[in-house]
Amino acid sequence: MRNALLLASCLLAAAACRREQREIVHSPAASHASGGIVRLSELQPGQPTPEVEVRNASEEKAYDINEGKRLFAAYNCSGCHSHGGGGIGPALMDNYWVYGSHPENIHDTIVEGRPNGMPSFGGKIPDYQIWEIVAYVRSLSGLVNPTVAPSRDDHMQVKVAEQSKKEESTEEKKKP
Amino acid sequence: MSSRFLSSLGVAAVLCACACARSNPPVKTDLHQLSRDDAQWVMPAKDYASTRYSGLAQINTSNAKQLKLAWTVSTGHDRGHEAGPLVIGDTMYYVTPFPNDLIAIDLKNPTGPPKWKYRPQNLETESQGVACCDVVNRGAAYANGKVFLNTLDGRTCAVDAETGKEVWVRQLADINRGETITMAPLVVKNKVLVGDSGGEFGVRGWVTALDSETGKIAWRAYATGPDKDVLIGPNFKPFYATDRGKDLGVSTWPKDKWKIGGGTMWGWISYDPELDLIYYGTGNPGPWNPELRPGDNKWTSGIFARRPDTGEAVWYYQWSPHDEFDYDGINEQLLLDLPIGGKTRKVLVRPERNGYMYVLDRATGEVLSADAYGAVTSSFGVDLKSGRLIPNKAKEPGTGKVIPDICPAAPGAKDWQPSAYSPRTRLIYVPHQNLCMQHEGTDVNYIAGTPYVGANVVMVPGPGGHRGEFDAWDPVQRKKVWSIRENFPVWSGALVTAGDVAFYGTMDGWFKAVDARTGTLLWQFKTSSGIIGQPVTYRGPDGKQYVTIAAGVGGWAGAIVAGGLDPRDATAALGFVNAMKDLPGATNKGGVIYTFALP
Ligand code: HEC
Repeated sequence: MRNALLLASCLLAAAACRREQREIVHSPAASHASGGIVRLSELQPGQPTPEVEVRNASEEKAYDINEGKRLFAAYNCSGCHSHGGGGIGPALMDNYWVYGSHPENIHDTIVEGRPNGMPSFGGKIPDYQIWEIVAYVRSLSGLVNPTVAPSRDDHMQVKVAEQSKKEESTEEKKKP
Repeated sequence: MSSRFLSSLGVAAVLCACACARSNPPVKTDLHQLSRDDAQWVMPAKDYASTRYSGLAQINTSNAKQLKLAWTVSTGHDRGHEAGPLVIGDTMYYVTPFPNDLIAIDLKNPTGPPKWKYRPQNLETESQGVACCDVVNRGAAYANGKVFLNTLDGRTCAVDAETGKEVWVRQLADINRGETITMAPLVVKNKVLVGDSGGEFGVRGWVTALDSETGKIAWRAYATGPDKDVLIGPNFKPFYATDRGKDLGVSTWPKDKWKIGGGTMWGWISYDPELDLIYYGTGNPGPWNPELRPGDNKWTSGIFARRPDTGEAVWYYQWSPHDEFDYDGINEQLLLDLPIGGKTRKVLVRPERNGYMYVLDRATGEVLSADAYGAVTSSFGVDLKSGRLIPNKAKEPGTGKVIPDICPAAPGAKDWQPSAYSPRTRLIYVPHQNLCMQHEGTDVNYIAGTPYVGANVVMVPGPGGHRGEFDAWDPVQRKKVWSIRENFPVWSGALVTAGDVAFYGTMDGWFKAVDARTGTLLWQFKTSSGIIGQPVTYRGPDGKQYVTIAAGVGGWAGAIVAGGLDPRDATAALGFVNAMKDLPGATNKGGVIYTFALP
């Protein structure tokens, strides 16, 4: 039964076959195309030069995103951002990003911190976990494939599941 | 007349401090005396008894409907404006939310440029990340020619009232441990009293007294830990047996949990000069999930009476032993002399967050009465024999337990927004909210500088569906005399005058004047943003009575607007957002000081 379901979901989205993968030894989750620059601004003086393209492998694995969800609570991200709606920190489930929505932007936000009160977690959280959290944060606004996003919650129902989250409208400009 | 005279005395004190400080100690302001001058508003709650009552009566119930806008000043800030202004002589002082500016407005020429503006140097913007409930500030204090303000990043600053020059700065709180300062200081006997915020961050609460002339720390009293840290000594005589014993601030906690147990002080302090006692409450214990901290969790969610000179504790009473619902005990205490049981008693009235209006004997800490003034399901009342709150076991939170219909919700039947008392009507004017909550306890890791809450909370409107009330309460008859229902929580303070007019503001921006005897609406004015500030009144240099309120929505209740939060998450802003989904449609942010007068 379970296998049949699995198969069905694989048929639905071939890419999602990776969703059940778990790693014992963590290879670097993200790969940088060499030479690129992580940009926080769309404004580039002169000729545009390419940005770095980062692939966050955790975004393809349900297990990793689920781990990201667990870690989001365990590292008290939820204390400041609630379940994505925000509180002390800004909402993370909407399409408004001050410091960028790309995986590398969110990774930098977590590692470096941000001046208006986002703590710098660099050196405090293993890098593979940061990439898992990045994947989860992006799932909050529908930026990952819904077939790998968490679909249920063991807690009190407070918002729709990440899985049923559609990508936020891109009417408002995404940075960068 | 008297105000001009007294303020020139204040100036004399400054001159003297410069010219002759070496030989003579500077002349000190008698604040108690000064607070009786209704031309001015010299401390946050008008007087040491925290009545917010002014003897001015130019504006009264028959002419209030003619009130007109006199002048406005933009504060240049867009987060929650919870502060009320001070009026000293011919100058008004206002502290903004973070980054905390102190603005001095010349009341002889209020439409001209401000006299001066002071901003502490190099404010740490990171402090905004450890402010649980918007980056608010609740006001400044005055004494001896100086204005005192606290900054979110944990300092107390003394500023020359005339020139705006910094006199001293003292760093008191550490944002890396989650401490901030949001309360309005109070000056008692040349000591500036300051407490910390951070009850949602596992900080250890304290109140500190600073020398008003130098900023030197005179004493610090913690709200948890061994007696020597809490300044409990041989003169500590709590009324109830459960508060007696050695080091209860340690033994009523699981091992070492008192070190991160909360008990902060971000609310109000009152002072009785005759008994020579200061009174203030202590905040909620942390984390919110009570299962993680069995015991009474002393000395959180209670009230201390202390000597201002030494800080030593004289009595203590615990509103909410082993608090289960974030019922901080830091609300205002009105010090009144009331006829109770056939004689006049010196009492302290506290509209407490747990939903009860307490009347305490302020010399001893004995509870004389405690009556519900809002919807309460979390407890069954207060046992007057033992003084103890009777908790409703059915509402006791625990890890993984989802409990509906807990009333009042986490911000209580009333939060920090201070009441007023009129000796003419003998009524207390109570701005408050009507909210209940659904609560789930969770596990939580303590990570210094990050929230330490352990609960998912979702708030909903209380019985009746309205979210706010402005009530008149008779503390002798122990009942509500009239009540105005408001759609949104009434998150502003109250003011009442000898003209029998009571003032308050609403979160959708209406500033209202009501008849203090009947609650009838006399006048209202729509300001540019929701009101969560504290109204004050004063007599201007032209002899006219003025009423001032700052608009600028925010605070915990208004976080959805101030922080642009997403209502699709019912737990946003610790669950407050769920009850305020319609606020963004009703108001917008931006701080403006409004002053009104008769034409
Ligand atoms: C102590 C409170 C706090 C904690 C804990 C916290 N944040 Fe933040 N976070 C903030 C604040 C405040 C900001 C806004 C900072 C700014 O604008 O400079 C922010 C900003 C962010 C942003 C940028 C949003 C944007 O619009 O670009 C992201 C992403 C983010 N946080 C994710 C996280 C994650 C993931 C964690 C846990 C590892 C976390 N935060 C923990 C307070 C916090």
